[in-house]
Amino acid sequence: MPDLRLAIGGLFVLIGTLLVGYGLASPVLTAVGRAQVNLNVCWGSLMGLFGLCMLLLALKKNGGG
Amino acid sequence: MHVGFVDYAIIGIYFVFVLSIGFILKKKMVRSEDFFLSGHAIPSWITGLAFLSANLGAIEVMGMAANGAQYGIMTAHFYWVGAIPAMVFLALFMMPFYYGSRVRSVPEYLKLRFNEPTRAFNAFSFAAMTVLMSGINMYAMALVFKLLLNWSMTASILVSAGVVLAYTVLGGLTSSIYNEVLQFFLIVFGLLPITLIGLANLGGWHALTASLPAGFDHLWAHTATAGNPMGIDWLGIVSGLGFVLSFGYWCTDFLVIQRALAARDMTAAERTPLIAAFPKVLFPVLTVVPGMLALAIIPGLGSNGANLSYNMAMPLLLAKYYPSGMLGVGLTAMLASFMSGMAGNITAFNTVWTFDIYQSYLAPDKSDEHYLWVGRLATALGIVVSIGTAYLVMGFPSIMDYMQMVFSFFNAPLFATFLLGMFWKRCTPWAAFWGLVAGTTAAIIHFTLTHFGVISYPSVMAGNFWRSSIAWSSNFVVAIALSFVTKPRDEKELAGLVWGMPAEREVREQSWYKRPKVLAACVLALTIALDVVFW
Repeated sequence: MPDLRLAIGGLFVLIGTLLVGYGLASPVLTAVGRAQVNLNVCWGSLMGLFGLCMLLLALKKNGGG
Repeated sequence: MHVGFVDYAIIGIYFVFVLSIGFILKKKMVRSEDFFLSGHAIPSWITGLAFLSANLGAIEVMGMAANGAQYGIMTAHFYWVGAIPAMVFLALFMMPFYYGSRVRSVPEYLKLRFNEPTRAFNAFSFAAMTVLMSGINMYAMALVFKLLLNWSMTASILVSAGVVLAYTVLGGLTSSIYNEVLQFFLIVFGLLPITLIGLANLGGWHALTASLPAGFDHLWAHTATAGNPMGIDWLGIVSGLGFVLSFGYWCTDFLVIQRALAARDMTAAERTPLIAAFPKVLFPVLTVVPGMLALAIIPGLGSNGANLSYNMAMPLLLAKYYPSGMLGVGLTAMLASFMSGMAGNITAFNTVWTFDIYQSYLAPDKSDEHYLWVGRLATALGIVVSIGTAYLVMGFPSIMDYMQMVFSFFNAPLFATFLLGMFWKRCTPWAAFWGLVAGTTAAIIHFTLTHFGVISYPSVMAGNFWRSSIAWSSNFVVAIALSFVTKPRDEKELAGLVWGMPAEREVREQSWYKRPKVLAACVLALTIALDVVFW
């Protein structure tokens, strides 16, 4: 069966990148407690990072047999 | 609300991924076993998350948030009294029989343990139940899309049905399982910010509960009597929800069990519900807490105002907190949950239809390719029928009450049949059959009496819990009584099907942390700790 982590990783890296790009291009600040946060950039980076981890796990396994 | 190009782009990317998975897997679907059982080749972390996500449809995301807004933290009983103990019981005590007997479906187990009529009764009622349930998901999705994207009900029902149809027809159970796991991560990333932002803005948990009606912050403290938000005492919760409804659902519903049957080996199958149980314990953070936040933040929630019903708690929060971009992620998460809830029902339906109805009664002894083809056709037909039931659900006031009502008819009595079948070898085939008939009949009589006001309860949910207990007890008593006057099966035929009659089992050494009993003890300890914290 194809490695599911590749699909999860790919999807999250794509969505994460899109969110960060969009968040930087047209910034919107959301109030979180007392702070003002650019939600798209923050959460997009987190999603992208998660996707990268999944891709690395999949590649490591496939590379190492 | 403004839904921008970027939101549509995120939804679009998700659709492309889902369909690609279907196309890639199509080449792997050679035998009917590949299509219906994923060729018994899936690792347990994937079957575990799919086990969790198959259940994570509209009911969970919209229904539990609605209940959170309506009843407060008591809604977490569905997780901590309901789901977790039942999932542990399934893993440790029932999975050895399901997986060990190499059955392809739950009705097939009933045939091996009891007789053909018991299987037929279960196969037909299960097929009816799954299409009734998958309609709920389509309806819920249409509701959200109508509010947020201004799509018409019919357009969103047809779009979702089309995508699910494509990937389940192409990739069968594996496609459905892969998408369920994808959806699990989307739900976590799509909904977690709501809880974090909401709690930060209100000033934390204590500030939240201080702004809610009395009793919304306790699980057990007000359950000595029915004077609590849910209108039910501890006995009703433990027996109706904790025992009958939850055990009935998690331990006998083929929709979730099918995921565990796809596992690689017996211990992977046993681990499946346990791996699912860990995230499940924490899911109230993503579902119940947002419901409570919605009640505190959105004025008029739960009133008769347009789009202010409790069911809309989650979509309204998305609209309130998410800017364009994150809104696309939140919408995709909800969309994914509805689609996988629906696909879960459809893949369970096509297996039971093909093996337990078509192959058993209509066309035995055909080629494997023929059954693979029938499975694909059943998938398409199942979806068409679900479109019909989606319109049926529109007529009901609350999807959660509707669902628990369906369960009280089908799953609650069935659980008694399984308990007796797996743990009492004296239980006879005909006693099981008539017990099942008696339990279902008792549920119908109880429903009729409640419907016409002969019996009344403080809430619809309380009625559902008590109906489940009555249906279960009727089945249990009738099956035991008849077992003493009918002929049991030969003991030799029961090896591997009944507790104390083990079949040969391959024993594999495994690391201590992968052992089912260790995982079960950890998840139960965590659940008890949460019950104490939110007492």
